[in-house]
Amino acid sequence: MRTALTIARRELAGYFATPVAYVFIVIFLVMTGALTFTLGNFFNRGTADLQPFFGFVPWLFLFLVPALTMRLWAEERRLGTIELLLTLPVTQGQAVLGKFLAAWAFCGIALALTFPLVITVNYLGNPDNGVIATGYIGCLLVAGAYLAVGAAISALTKNQVVAFVLAVAVCFVFAAAGSPVVTEFLSVRLPVLAEIARGVSVTDRLSGFSRGVVALRDIVFFASFIGFWLFANAVAVDHRKAD
Amino acid sequence: MSALIEIDRLSKRFGAFTAVDDVSFAVARGEVLGFLGPNGAGKSTTMKMLAGFVTPSAGTARICGEDVVERPVAAKKHLGYLPEGAPTYPEMTVAGFLGFAARVRGYRGSEAADRVAHAMRLTTLEGVRLQPIETLSKGFKRRVGLAQSLLHDPPVLVLDEPTDGLDPNQKHEVRRLIGQMAPTKAIIISTHILEEVSAICTRAIIIARGRVLADSTPAELSRRGPSLDAVFRELTMAPRPAPEAA
Repeated sequence: MRTALTIARRELAGYFATPVAYVFIVIFLVMTGALTFTLGNFFNRGTADLQPFFGFVPWLFLFLVPALTMRLWAEERRLGTIELLLTLPVTQGQAVLGKFLAAWAFCGIALALTFPLVITVNYLGNPDNGVIATGYIGCLLVAGAYLAVGAAISALTKNQVVAFVLAVAVCFVFAAAGSPVVTEFLSVRLPVLAEIARGVSVTDRLSGFSRGVVALRDIVFFASFIGFWLFANAVAVDHRKAD
Repeated sequence: MSALIEIDRLSKRFGAFTAVDDVSFAVARGEVLGFLGPNGAGKSTTMKMLAGFVTPSAGTARICGEDVVERPVAAKKHLGYLPEGAPTYPEMTVAGFLGFAARVRGYRGSEAADRVAHAMRLTTLEGVRLQPIETLSKGFKRRVGLAQSLLHDPPVLVLDEPTDGLDPNQKHEVRRLIGQMAPTKAIIISTHILEEVSAICTRAIIIARGRVLADSTPAELSRRGPSLDAVFRELTMAPRPAPEAA
């Protein structure tokens, strides 16, 4: 674990040494703010909560997180540093976990920087801050799920564009699986699949969090989802490290 | 004395192409082995397998008795490895990068700082310690990679073209450093430069098309022909392994 944290620390410092971090954070903050106040109808809803914000975050992450993960392994390949990293006394698992934790912490920082929204609703009314807290936890878990998917895909291909497009596509499947369009279509044609689709849907799981409900089954879902993709990532790295 | 590096019938195939074909040798403490061969001969692939980066198709290697396939982390602890081209993280400073390598190797606090300072002293990097690596010249970058491989004072050093791209003075420095460390370590260096082999190696292996063609001292090798150059060409240009000339 200590080795994974050492790797994570280096990675996280790496984000802030390049424009990646600043571009990501600025775009994320502008988009969340703009969407919440315009499309989200923040002022006219007449309730002091962050529901519209939590509704937009997973869709923003759908594009921004793959942009973050596409370079995760591809960059190490391009620079040749993957050979350096994997010939240090670390396991594949530690390297994968370290990179994931750094990216996750980075998403956490981006989310934390949306704090003016929390201050705004508290200034305007009396929101349930517990619900806001669980909403943030949910968003962080969604970011983790997308990161795990994106990182695994980035380990599979050398090409960053391919990694980005594939990661968006796969994340979209898990994001859209619970949407009414998909579940209604499936429940008419294939009722069995409709249940499965809802079960693996990331956004469906998030709705509980944004209502203030932290269910154990949702936590277990995210933990096993992330765990599965990290495992796939370690296998992919082991298989393709020298290609 | 038992060998610190044992390479045991190592092979690597990429599809139908055999990059390394049943290579075996051992290196003992105090030996500096020069690994020679034309481009594409399998030098780097052999070194990558030894460092645990490429998984062998057959055979294995041991570093200080630890199998690189079965116990990779234990084997890598005893190994200092300079990959081909000396890759480093360009945005990090020299001190930051070496500090990272020290922490990954389990050093903390003042011990990590001492290790980094010592490695920088050996490779004369103190003057650039706070510069981002991407701003350094090729020679400095190479020395940063070298410092990383020396940091933990490993008993086994595997250096893939350590003097490539250095100016004559820097080459001399690196050779002097390798010569200094030689008595306590087992060292493999790969190179294209034949004079380097005569200058620092106690033993030379010539490899071509994935096979070991000669394994001898540099002096003995150069006695086989008019010069080491000629011997190298004769061995590696032949379509089949040349018969061992007396």
